[in-house]
Amino acid sequence: MQSRALPYLLLLPATLFLLLFFLYPFVLVAWQAFATDEGVLTTKYFDKMISHWKFEKALTYTLLLALVVVPIQVALSLLMATLVASMKKGRDIILYIWTIPLGISDLAAGLIWLAIFEQTGFLNSILFSTGIIDEPMTFLGYQDKGMIFLAVVLAEVWRATAIMLVILVAGIGLIPKEYYEAAQVYGANTWQRFTKITLPLLKPSLQTALILRVILAFEVFAVVAALGGTNLPVLMGEVYNRQFELQDSHTAAAFAMLILLISIISTVFFMWTLRTPKEASL
Amino acid sequence: MSTAPNMVVGQSRVARWAFNGSVIVLCLWVLVPIYLLIANALSAPSEVTQFPKKMVPSFDTESVEFFLYFNGVGKALWSSVQVAFLTMVMSILIGAPAGYSLSRFDFRGKNAFRILVLMTRAFPLPLLALPMAIMFIRVGLDDTVFGLALVHTTLALPFAVLITFSLFSGIPIELEEAAWTLGCNRLQAFFKVIFPLVLPGITASAIFAFVVSWNEVFAAAVLTIEHRTLPAFLLQSLDVAPLHLKFAGGAVLVVPALIFIFFVRKYLFAMWGIANR
Repeated sequence: MQSRALPYLLLLPATLFLLLFFLYPFVLVAWQAFATDEGVLTTKYFDKMISHWKFEKALTYTLLLALVVVPIQVALSLLMATLVASMKKGRDIILYIWTIPLGISDLAAGLIWLAIFEQTGFLNSILFSTGIIDEPMTFLGYQDKGMIFLAVVLAEVWRATAIMLVILVAGIGLIPKEYYEAAQVYGANTWQRFTKITLPLLKPSLQTALILRVILAFEVFAVVAALGGTNLPVLMGEVYNRQFELQDSHTAAAFAMLILLISIISTVFFMWTLRTPKEASL
Repeated sequence: MSTAPNMVVGQSRVARWAFNGSVIVLCLWVLVPIYLLIANALSAPSEVTQFPKKMVPSFDTESVEFFLYFNGVGKALWSSVQVAFLTMVMSILIGAPAGYSLSRFDFRGKNAFRILVLMTRAFPLPLLALPMAIMFIRVGLDDTVFGLALVHTTLALPFAVLITFSLFSGIPIELEEAAWTLGCNRLQAFFKVIFPLVLPGITASAIFAFVVSWNEVFAAAVLTIEHRTLPAFLLQSLDVAPLHLKFAGGAVLVVPALIFIFFVRKYLFAMWGIANR
């Protein structure tokens, strides 16, 4: 009898914890977005969110960032994963170096790229020393949103490609070696082996990586704060402003619901477009 | 792990050069920005704003000292360590039993629990800080180290469950059964036989939980005022802090994480492996 209850007893703390601190709070935040303090259902917080002048900009920049950053990361992490897979010597050390950004906080990543892009930063210094410019340029000024955007893209690609890389390397490890050997016997070149074997068999890993990465992209916050301050509004930054600076937790919750909504839409999208039929899985 | 056939050997020199070249460029892409931050942190404040800037630091500790003695930094560092430590302890104490249970037993509801864990991946978790802020005010946990650690544990717990699950799965149940036949009860068998074997992995998983908490910005900034952690402190001083303070702070944030990740690198794959099936 004791042994039949044991697995449940062991799971109990984790289950309770996740119910209390994960599922319940999400119900709570939805309630916060749709109801007043007196408990009356309302859409006024959403109206307030939508009518704010920064709303459209924040939504556009957040989506645009994901749209630009994620495809670059897919290409880059696929390249890195295939390079790692065909490495004989030094695989471990290269993989360690490439996964270093996994341990770096988004705020620190923003500060790292600030060291490069600020007015007396390394980019200006190099351009000046090589005689390309005569005086330091202001890259991250409020009038130059394009440059801030570019800096955020670079910082995001730099910081968060490692997550996809780890998932893809694990996925390539699951592909049987024999497939590649057979393809080689029939004369398939490197590119053909990549498109005909690696890519199709990597689809489940690619799906996982994309779902995770896009959700993280919608949460972009500290990198933008470090590089652009409030010059480049993003959704998560607006949540922070509402909640912390303005103490308006209802509108903050409305923004949170919007982030949740686009996260769910993207998850469903990747689950559907990259689905693998049961009989085709490894 | 590596399965794809070697494409370097037996191919043209051009291909080999292209291969090595891309590997080196990608390594530099990761390492150079970190070097630049650390070079900044190891320069005197006057050198940080000097133009054009030198690529090699003067190894002056004035910036770092200025940062460490700056009003509020010591307190923030201490809060960071406390929160990260609590997160580490809670996520292992709660996560490891779950990982063990998943790896050793077949029971009804197992799949439901796995879905619950994987679901955490499909939600923007930092948003939890909003409802928690309200919850914590009600129960008197607002602006406390423990309250923030609870939120960070929610972030770290799924990883702890997945890593420990894969650790325990890698140890044959026969080892435990042998201990039982030799007179150990379940608990003794676990602590005498299994625990020493999984200890390195558990440590890695604990370190990872520490790093998750150490790095987290959003929830920390929303939930704490008096007990701000280092990332929250840095975020809130972005507008006012001089450059050398920001860079020294960034470096203090990065260096421990670098060391920690080095020690857990073997286990990085266990965290995501399960999601691939």
